[in-house]
Amino acid sequence: MSASLQKGLSVLMEVIDAPVASFFSSCVHCGLCAEACLFYTETGDPKYTPIYKLEPLRRVYQQEYTLTGRLAKMLGLSKPVTDQELEIWQPLVYDSCTLCGRCSMACPVGNDIVYMVRRLREGMAVAGHAPDGLVDASRRSLETGSPMGVRLPALMAQIKHVQADTGIEIPLDVTGAEYMVLMSSMEIINFPEYLGAVSKIMKQAGKSWTLCSEAFEATNSGVQIGVSDIAKVLVGRIVDGAEKLRVKTVISPECGHAYTALRWDGPNLIGRPYTFDVLHILEVLDIFRLEGLLKTSGFEDAQLTFHDPCQLVRRGGVLDQPRNLLKMVASNYVETRDSGKMNWCCGGGGGVSTIDEAEALRFAAFRVKKAQLEETGAKTLVTACANCRIVLEEALEHYQMKIDVIGLTELLAQHID
Amino acid sequence: MNEVLLLTWVRSTGLSIATGIFVLGTLWRLIEIYTLGRKPDLSVPRHRAAASGLHTLFRRSLPAPGMFIRASASYLAGYVFHTGLFIVVLLFAPHIMLMQSLTALSWQGLPSQFIDATAVLTLAAMLLVLVDRINNPVKRFLSTFEDYAAWALTFLPLLTGYLASRHLLLSYTTMLALHISSVELLLIFLPFTKLMHAFTLWISRWYNGDINGHKGVPS
Repeated sequence: MSASLQKGLSVLMEVIDAPVASFFSSCVHCGLCAEACLFYTETGDPKYTPIYKLEPLRRVYQQEYTLTGRLAKMLGLSKPVTDQELEIWQPLVYDSCTLCGRCSMACPVGNDIVYMVRRLREGMAVAGHAPDGLVDASRRSLETGSPMGVRLPALMAQIKHVQADTGIEIPLDVTGAEYMVLMSSMEIINFPEYLGAVSKIMKQAGKSWTLCSEAFEATNSGVQIGVSDIAKVLVGRIVDGAEKLRVKTVISPECGHAYTALRWDGPNLIGRPYTFDVLHILEVLDIFRLEGLLKTSGFEDAQLTFHDPCQLVRRGGVLDQPRNLLKMVASNYVETRDSGKMNWCCGGGGGVSTIDEAEALRFAAFRVKKAQLEETGAKTLVTACANCRIVLEEALEHYQMKIDVIGLTELLAQHID
Repeated sequence: MNEVLLLTWVRSTGLSIATGIFVLGTLWRLIEIYTLGRKPDLSVPRHRAAASGLHTLFRRSLPAPGMFIRASASYLAGYVFHTGLFIVVLLFAPHIMLMQSLTALSWQGLPSQFIDATAVLTLAAMLLVLVDRINNPVKRFLSTFEDYAAWALTFLPLLTGYLASRHLLLSYTTMLALHISSVELLLIFLPFTKLMHAFTLWISRWYNGDINGHKGVPS
């Protein structure tokens, strides 16, 4: 057995807790999780059944933590998890799982399958069976602070452009500001209009806010690849920045997994609660709406629809805010089939969009989203995650669908005078 | 061993052994699973009505939105055979008398004609479940020997119980002995197979609801 495999198996033993044991003990092989997974429904290949993706973890559980499994192991009757097997499982655990959590909502016995996939990735990564795309993104995050290698000078350049466009100053490193705004590299490079939208909204609301030169990147590839040590370092940078500037609230940008990594995983990664609050930008905007600080004028008359980012709605709990906000500016808003907490994933979450080898499968899985969108007839698709947005745009281009994609924050800012 | 001796043995020694293995095995499995514990969640919870372990414990008895249409046969056959088993096991007068002799607890049963009809319906639903397991590509792919064994361990007590109560195929004494034997086999294997879900699913649902309810997601 290789040293890396030994370490990976040790990690798998460590991450097995009572919920994992309870979930494996409850599975009756009903296969309903497959019907909830876009990689199965759009390919018809049973190997994409979510519970099957967990087979290496199940075997470690059975062989190490059950009486019958230990007996079988002692008698040499059990099949050990091998490097070859983990290599075969890599596309199942990474390429074909966006951690979207639909399976966890559908399982009749209550298994939170994504909870277990996240744990299996811990062992897979340590054993050296994570995809190159995610390994590279994690390395760049540690070295440069960004999975895309975006450094402070790139942000400064975008700040200058946005300031020139809006005429509003973008505050940087302001101690004691109420809000610290984070961004994703995707927004800095591809969608800088998000920053302009935030500055416009904050100005109207009369709130103090700042960017932090030492912690402006919100995304966390450590969570996606499944290496808690990396995830902890990346969250730690944000915590250090927020505590140094003594801000009251850190705002997670329009990025689903950045939100769950910071809001829900972060305190557990650093081992203590934060000294500040964490809100997604849509939560902040909805609070402004309730307080009368967000005033919009005019409506979008064209039919538009909303894509709920999985990490925001299903894994994050931000359910009502986007709809409250959309009603302020859209007169012809339509829901897609299965919208809200059962929405179908864009196909690129959980790090899948960084895996080159997964591209063809991602486009195949997009067919369910394509059908959802076609049913509405909408020509504008609003979302609240920059990663969803780029994945949606790529897939819409692939299928030659003429639908515009826009971020909700940006849409709202367009209706501020 | 003649049929009377066999019936006497399965009703006394056999039942004691099976019950002992069932009780100790189930306790062992529950301890084995739940003493693994879990770390406390240090993130600040988001409170939302209808998002909690308790809500999910009940809610998971219904299909998630959009799921019924995708797997109607699985849901319908599942409901029929689980409900049927519940009725036949707990509301058949001879079963209630057995419970009373063991626990001193008693309750009102249902007429035997109704129990007979329920048993037939449950047997049919279980056969449908088996056919579906063989025909459905996902279920066939996932299925191991244990899945088919668990099906047989559940089906046999129902079948032999029905045949005994209707005095079919074999003598009543022999069929009753086979019925009790099959129940004992079920009891012996339940803690060590997927049949253990009868106990763990409630806690799994609660975990799911608690983990997601912490984030304000009604799961």
